[in-house]
Amino acid sequence: MSKYFLSMEGLTKIFPSKEEDMVVFENINIGLNKGEFVCIIGHSGCGKSTIMNVLAGLDSPTSGSVIMDGHEVSGPSLDRGVVFQNYSLLPWLTAMQNVSFGVKARCPDWTREQVIAHSRKYLEMVGLEESLNKKPAQLSGGMRQRVSIARAFATNPKLLLLDEPFGALDALTRGIIQDELIKIWGETQQTVFMITHDVDEAILLADRVLLMTNGPKARVAESVLINLPRPRKRDTVIDDPNYYKIRNHLVHFLVKRSEELSGSVSDEDGGTIVIDPTKDTSTKVENTGEQDTNPQYERVAL
Amino acid sequence: MSLNFRAGVLSLVILFLLLGIWEALNQPPDASKALSEFELLMGGSDQEARVPPPSSVLKHAYDELSNPFYDAGPNDKGIGIQIAYSIYRVLLGYFAAALIAIPLGFVIGMSPLMYRALNPFIQVLRPISPLAWMPLALFIIKDSEQSAIFVIFICSIWPMLINTAFGVASVRTDWVRVAQTHELSQLKTAFQVILPAAAPTILTGMRISIGIAWLVIVAAEMLVGGTGIGYYVWNEWNNLDLNSVIFSILMIGVVGMILDFALGTVAKIVQYEE
Repeated sequence: MSKYFLSMEGLTKIFPSKEEDMVVFENINIGLNKGEFVCIIGHSGCGKSTIMNVLAGLDSPTSGSVIMDGHEVSGPSLDRGVVFQNYSLLPWLTAMQNVSFGVKARCPDWTREQVIAHSRKYLEMVGLEESLNKKPAQLSGGMRQRVSIARAFATNPKLLLLDEPFGALDALTRGIIQDELIKIWGETQQTVFMITHDVDEAILLADRVLLMTNGPKARVAESVLINLPRPRKRDTVIDDPNYYKIRNHLVHFLVKRSEELSGSVSDEDGGTIVIDPTKDTSTKVENTGEQDTNPQYERVAL
Repeated sequence: MSLNFRAGVLSLVILFLLLGIWEALNQPPDASKALSEFELLMGGSDQEARVPPPSSVLKHAYDELSNPFYDAGPNDKGIGIQIAYSIYRVLLGYFAAALIAIPLGFVIGMSPLMYRALNPFIQVLRPISPLAWMPLALFIIKDSEQSAIFVIFICSIWPMLINTAFGVASVRTDWVRVAQTHELSQLKTAFQVILPAAAPTILTGMRISIGIAWLVIVAAEMLVGGTGIGYYVWNEWNNLDLNSVIFSILMIGVVGMILDFALGTVAKIVQYEE
């Protein structure tokens, strides 16, 4: 048994092909604690979405396993809510019907009134009380994504998976919905696993940021602790003296080391280095996952 | 003036222009001089057969439509009765086809195996003219009325089958994934996600089918006889009553338009914007 709420153990995905098998990612060992907000960043094609699909149970790993709350993930489940990048609302249903679609699936024995009341509560949480009866086509991109988020939270999953939920939104809308997401997450204390391309978004939202090397043969090279006090606000978090230390570290990784480390064999056992950029010359290293071989890593100085 | 209004005016102008030309071209020739006794004896005073002018067609139409449901024996029934027979056959064959085509289309659309296995059959059977089935149908069913319905069935089935399969197969994966992540059963996924998602495509198929069915019923009834608008047209041709022929041609158009409009209305209900 893992000490983590969610753990990926030796996760590998290979797409077989005639010439050479395409290794998307290899030997990924990550754990998430309950209530933790974890972002994963990496360049396109490193297999982030594939990891997400494996976690959701929509795709199965070639080897390795995902264990959540003591049970192996073996298919899609209401315990893992997913918010897809392109909203994936059902266009023939109204905002309210889209959310109650999820609620009905979660609580089949509820009465109609209960379902409606519960759905309304979450739609109000994302500020959509005015647009309950609008269809997705009548809503802006930001509002659609809010409905999507409301649907995911309303089903009260044990783990929430967000696949670049704000990727298609303009910067202003993104900021507003990020604030809403923090607020709802603060109220519900869900465990969240989120894919993003946006370093600032990751720092604002996450407790921990996982950095992936470029694919193929991608791996999670580092797990960066975001040691900033909560609650964080978009406008004040950047004043924190540690903000730019973290940001520089992440950007440096994405610009430079994700490429350098690409295809490299991970240190001995595929472990991920845990880093806290806020601690100077932080050579605080430890291994995650089950393999407690605790090798001595050499850290690149910040 | 709105575009619609101007279009309406233009339509009326074109209508009256065409009717006017038609009317003008089909006047009986003037009796320029008195007929000789010989000509009278030879029937020279009879007009030669010509396409009746619109005025006489309209008068005939008025007479027919003011009493559409009279029934004066097997060869003399009102236009309403004839059309009702045709619509009854079309709808029966059409809904029987829908009952088979839509579920089968679902299966074909959802299973690539079934799609590949059944595709050759569909490709061979689909281009067969529905009337080519008529002799076989008559032999097997031994009833002309039911054979006509079978012909409607066989011609309506293909557009519905192919469109349903296509619509179901091209439902966005995202929506199916939504169903999966919400742990919907296969049956619920089919009814709550795939059916509404594919409904506009299915309705397009149904609309094409009703159009084809209405085209085919006229030809089928000319063959099997007895009742129906197709039989009526042919019967009036045999009677050389061109007023009735032209009138019933127009009625075929009007009923076809109404059937299409009805399906179009349903299509609008299930249509969604992405």
